[in-house]
Amino acid sequence: MAKIGVYVCHCGGNISDIVDVDEVARFASKLPDVTVVRSISHMCSENGQRTIMDDIEEHNLDRVVVAACSPQFQGSTFEKTLAKAGLNPNMVEMANIREQSAWSHYGKPEDATEKAKILTSMAVERIRKKEPVERISMKIGKNALVIGGGIAGIQASLDLANAGIDVYLVEKEPTIGGHMAQLSRTFPTEDCASCILAPKMADAAEHPNVHLMTYSEILEVSGSIGNFKVRIMKKPRYVDENKCTACRECEKVCPVNVPDEFNLGMTARKAIYLPSSTAVPHAHVIDKDACLGLNPLVCGRCAEVCEADAINYDDTPLYVNLEVDTIIVTTGFDIFNAELKPQYGYGKYRNVITSLQMERIIVEMAEGRPPRPVGKDIAFIQCVGSRDAQVGNLYCSRICCMYATKLASLLKRADPSSEVYVFYTDLRAYGKGFEEYYRTAQEIGVNFIRGRPGELMEDAETKKVIIKVEDTLTRKIIERKFDLVVLSVGMIPSPGTIKIAEMLKLPRSSDGFIKEAHPKFRPVDTPVEGIFVAGTAQGPKDIPDTVAQASAAAARAMTFMNKGEFEMNPIKAVINGEMCNGCGICAEHCPVDAIQVKGVAEINPPLCKGCGACISFCPRDAIDLRIYSDDEIMAEIEAALKDKREDEKRILIFADDMCTYTLADSVGTAKREYPPNTYLIRVPSSSRVTPKMMLKTFEMGADGIFLGECEEAVSPYPNTLDVIDENIKKVRTVLSRAGIAPERVNYSPFVTVMLPKFVNTINKMVEIVNKYGNIPEEKRRKLSAVEVMQ
Amino acid sequence: MTKVMQIDEKNVNFLKKVEELSGEKITLCEQCGICTTSCPMVDEMDFTPAGIMRAVQIGDETIIESKAIWVCASCFSCTVRCPRGIDLSKVTEALRQLTLRKNVDHIDLKEVKKEKLPAIAVVSALRKFTG
Repeated sequence: MAKIGVYVCHCGGNISDIVDVDEVARFASKLPDVTVVRSISHMCSENGQRTIMDDIEEHNLDRVVVAACSPQFQGSTFEKTLAKAGLNPNMVEMANIREQSAWSHYGKPEDATEKAKILTSMAVERIRKKEPVERISMKIGKNALVIGGGIAGIQASLDLANAGIDVYLVEKEPTIGGHMAQLSRTFPTEDCASCILAPKMADAAEHPNVHLMTYSEILEVSGSIGNFKVRIMKKPRYVDENKCTACRECEKVCPVNVPDEFNLGMTARKAIYLPSSTAVPHAHVIDKDACLGLNPLVCGRCAEVCEADAINYDDTPLYVNLEVDTIIVTTGFDIFNAELKPQYGYGKYRNVITSLQMERIIVEMAEGRPPRPVGKDIAFIQCVGSRDAQVGNLYCSRICCMYATKLASLLKRADPSSEVYVFYTDLRAYGKGFEEYYRTAQEIGVNFIRGRPGELMEDAETKKVIIKVEDTLTRKIIERKFDLVVLSVGMIPSPGTIKIAEMLKLPRSSDGFIKEAHPKFRPVDTPVEGIFVAGTAQGPKDIPDTVAQASAAAARAMTFMNKGEFEMNPIKAVINGEMCNGCGICAEHCPVDAIQVKGVAEINPPLCKGCGACISFCPRDAIDLRIYSDDEIMAEIEAALKDKREDEKRILIFADDMCTYTLADSVGTAKREYPPNTYLIRVPSSSRVTPKMMLKTFEMGADGIFLGECEEAVSPYPNTLDVIDENIKKVRTVLSRAGIAPERVNYSPFVTVMLPKFVNTINKMVEIVNKYGNIPEEKRRKLSAVEVMQ
Repeated sequence: MTKVMQIDEKNVNFLKKVEELSGEKITLCEQCGICTTSCPMVDEMDFTPAGIMRAVQIGDETIIESKAIWVCASCFSCTVRCPRGIDLSKVTEALRQLTLRKNVDHIDLKEVKKEKLPAIAVVSALRKFTG
């Protein structure tokens, strides 16, 4: 007989202020096989873990249930506790009574307590069915891929390379350096940005362990930690970067002028050009869209003057296949498109520019070739595209206050007779030396005015820009003409960040940037094992924070690579060889080709992702899922429906681990309420929930079933939504035949940021169930007679 | 001389009342002032739109005696630009309602001069100035 210890956590009031934890403990003590029950303030603390270990020894416990927070949050903590006490880590189950009860039903303490009891009983019933699971580990080598060659990618590559790791640094542009290479000076120290960056760029190019691939794009990534397979396309540069001496003779003869993107279109470059004066590799590139056709018969002047014989019009894309063990994503940001705020006239008024253009103007001015005049009266408008519900960006971009202070100071110092204004809402000088820098700017006479202008006007004659703004401190409306208005545009995730996130199946947070695995304790990990993120791909941040994250990501990648082996996700499909007749239907439906039929079906563990989609297709019930077995889930379902009062309605929600379960946790954390008669069951993917299982659930007393699944683009498993759709259709057919409303079962795709959608969807489901009422017993009984063709 | 305003329950209740009537979360306002210079009527106002919002935030009831809330044309310029997504026209409407609900007429229909006004202007003026 099993011996179970149940631990009810108070979470320092987070749970116990709402849920009657003692009542939950009393209830748990009456559950089958429960030997010890305790209610403790912080289960995750050393003291809490120690209590579990002592009880395991004293009472010979072989299973543990922790009724506390989300298993996604502290699950691994208690797995380690069990391992320390000599038990198999699989023998712990968490009842999520914080996110799913105390926080999401905080307005109804009594309901929250009742639900916490049921959640605890679900965990107890499930753990009774659990078996010890042996972990599978695999080898991991010392090759890393860094995607994106901005300062984050350069720093991460150098750290890894210095530690003896082979690094492939892939950059889509013809030079590394990223946005930092465009900046004038860095705040608050006013170092020249390219002067401190250029040596690092050169280091990266020359390091024997860094394999630099510029002008290259990632086409495809497959596999997992220790075994990522990457396909890269090196775009044709038409100039041999090893031969080119950057003498610039070719530029002199090139007849084509196009806007120079490095200077944000304020100056022109040739069709053959050096990407920037500090470009690494320091070689020219031909812009094939601008070049007169790459046909030497049409033009060919550059090749005529090239003494190094570096130009090759017949250059073709080069495809490279790599195998790497870890990946660091440093794909960076883009600036907010100021044209999306038409009231500020960017792109319409000649004298309205963006802050990044201002950076370039200051650099070019210092070189003695200003691309445009700046005038005497200059204004900065803060928070353009940040902190703005109208454009959907609620976040603060964090750098604009300080870069505006910097640009304003540089301009004021360059011409003390000029008047520089900064129009702000809140001035955030939070970093080291920032407040002092702000103070210096005030000392030299930069005018800070607290107010955000509604719109800008252009003086038709002088083309000066008129700013009318409320000084919110004096409540006076002030008006002034400016020669130049700089929009302090915020950061948005770059198209590369979005593309790579989709390719690598990395979830993004509500701001659109890549989501870290844990906001406090795993800030540079992604939920995908072996993939790390650093810099502005993860969220807006300045250079020191970016560099710190890059070094952190390199260190995290090394923790895995130095150890040499990695423990695999233990959730795998298992075939019952006696039941299987080798029909092969499962192999046809496996989205990752992990099943081979040799007489009977066989699973290839490193390939199997553990989605469980195959289970629904097996006509002989010969497939099960390890850790999420039929027995375990059915036990959980039974407990969720036990002791249901006659007038009571209960709805079961199957939540896929990556999106819906995480989303439900976020809903709880945000304290958004939804009806308490809903019970979440965590599954790797809702495609694992077979039609048979759903019908059984109805038969046992559920009044509604809802399945949540990751949206295709972010799902770790391909095509599961199709499987779910098919399964639901089957269940609905049977329900209709039994006279039960088919709308009682439904599903929806989610991503982790859809908090309102989750709450609305659940509310709607509850409404439908309320509309139809309880399912009468005789109709439920009809379901047991039905044979479902799976 | 600057007068001290005592803040007590009365102020909190006023804020709650206006929030309830308008359905808007007034505490969200971050006082950036975008509404003020988006407002086509602000030149005629004794309080700026941002000023009205601030007064409600601190529960200053005297704001319902201001001219500004009647000058508001409910044109929604502030609403479409508010970076916090607050519908300010609902707030000014709520403030007007506080007076209108006392059955006070600000316009005697008989005394309205015959002018060529668009129908919508007459209707909105009637709605705004009569209880």
